[in-house]
Amino acid sequence: MSSHSFLQVRQLRKSYSDAPGTKPVFHAVNFDIEKGEFICIIGHSGCGKSTILNILAGLDEASGGTVIMDAREVAGPSLDRGVVFQSHALMPWLTVLKNIAFAVKSRWPNLNEEKIKAHCQKYIDLVRLTGNEQKKPSQLSGGMKQRVGIARAFAIEPKMLLLDEPFGALDALTRGTIQDELLSICAKTQQTVFMITHDVDEAILLADKIMLMSNGPEARIAEIVVNTLPKTRTRADIHHHPQFYKIRNHLVDFLVNRSKTVQQTFVSDPNLIAFPPQVMPGLEGNTADPVAVNKVPSPVLKQIK
Amino acid sequence: MKTLLRSLPTSLSTKAAILSLVLLAVFLLVWHIATVPIATASATDTEYAKLMGGGAPKTTGLPTPAQIGEALLKQIRDPFYDNGPNDKGIGIQIAYSLARVLSGFLLAALVAIPLGFLIGMSPLIYRALNPFIQVLKPISPLAWMPLALYTIKDSATSSIFVIFICSIWPMLINTAHGVAGVRRDWLNVAKTLEVGIFRKAFWVVLPAAAPTILTGMRISMGIAWLVIVAAEMLVGGTGIGYFVWNEWNNLSLTNVIFAILMIGVVGMLLDMMFGVLQRAVTYVE
Repeated sequence: MSSHSFLQVRQLRKSYSDAPGTKPVFHAVNFDIEKGEFICIIGHSGCGKSTILNILAGLDEASGGTVIMDAREVAGPSLDRGVVFQSHALMPWLTVLKNIAFAVKSRWPNLNEEKIKAHCQKYIDLVRLTGNEQKKPSQLSGGMKQRVGIARAFAIEPKMLLLDEPFGALDALTRGTIQDELLSICAKTQQTVFMITHDVDEAILLADKIMLMSNGPEARIAEIVVNTLPKTRTRADIHHHPQFYKIRNHLVDFLVNRSKTVQQTFVSDPNLIAFPPQVMPGLEGNTADPVAVNKVPSPVLKQIK
Repeated sequence: MKTLLRSLPTSLSTKAAILSLVLLAVFLLVWHIATVPIATASATDTEYAKLMGGGAPKTTGLPTPAQIGEALLKQIRDPFYDNGPNDKGIGIQIAYSLARVLSGFLLAALVAIPLGFLIGMSPLIYRALNPFIQVLKPISPLAWMPLALYTIKDSATSSIFVIFICSIWPMLINTAHGVAGVRRDWLNVAKTLEVGIFRKAFWVVLPAAAPTILTGMRISMGIAWLVIVAAEMLVGGTGIGYFVWNEWNNLSLTNVIFAILMIGVVGMLLDMMFGVLQRAVTYVE
């Protein structure tokens, strides 16, 4: 793997107890994220997705391994990484504008009030909440609250955006609209994104790469699915694309069957340090040699003692 | 009858107000009947009657509502007169009591709120201080009075100390509780934004815990107002508590009842003030 990747995660491990015999929640987690990539991570509850995100955010500590972002080790929270929380985490005593201004002031403490307001307004407009600046979160719908959460995270212009199941609590219609908005904002800003989701369709719509985690304990990243659908995909036309169902079936099959079986092979070979193989199920069957395609971004394997 | 009911105002608060007035009227009527002097028409033995009290109307000794009303009007017309140590207007007495309550209460707030913050933020300090709090909390504030009088050697300051010691606990415990209960998410937001400790305390923890802290202050103020009456009865000199005791010694039940009414009204106003403050800091999640 290139040493110039924007984000490098190496041998990440999390265990909630040091007692011998307790299995770590996950271990041997290795992956890279390039600048501008949109990564989704999928896996069953309990595999440690949220913990990985919290470690990237600096809110949780790993039991082992390293995270390096932009050539610096991640240790503790930083304004370089914006987080969108599942529960939106807006401060209910502040208005929409002030919630975002709180973040902006944290980022640029010396900015004057007028500039802060203008900066906030830009991001309020971006998530299409214009006219709601003076409302309190309790006066907003669930979707609007999450939009404020997204605006707040974007407003500090972080190097990387971390989203922990941001749309989990929203109804399908609202979810769709915000997905489209997120997609267009990310396309505009070239934002690097790491997002947890349970929704396979959401992952295919948004992500450039989808990481699949095996079941915990001792979970790992089993493989990385490269989304081969064109970048210009939209929610309206995505399911007409011939590759869509190939990718979708691959993901669903992984969640339903392979997440367990893959885990068994990992357990039987605990010393394997592996970069998860990258696969392109969308291209399968279109080339003469699908197996070769599967092997293209060859997994780097090395054996330790 | 039905048309009459229909013509009545429909708003719940208007109905409640009417019912309150009816209850008040019934109460005053019963009071009046129970205390009004009965003319002892004993024509049988006028000599004996004269001997026993000059044929004066027989009373229970308790004042009638009209007498209270009279005292009320008289006091309210001139609440701040001062005819020496044992005859001061009700306004002056209440002002003394309020001044003691407010100074004791503010001192308690100055100690309890920062300490509560500390306890709420640090599980270690919470556990270390908890035994002391648990032992000190149930002590009747008046039990401190002899100790306060001996050490402070000033009765007025001692009553302020008693107010201080009784109002500190609800504020301390509620502040600690509110601070410890601030939603993890909000603290995480502050963390990811690299917010400094003071900015976090004033802009995240304080507003988040404010409703709980205000509840503690409201309870403290209620207790302080209860305790000041008893404390002033003990130390004497000035204040509404002293006024009650003094009027008892004067055998003026009219003034005692009037003072009881005033204690209730002032207590209610204090509580209402805190109610307004509480509403101002309460947020809807």
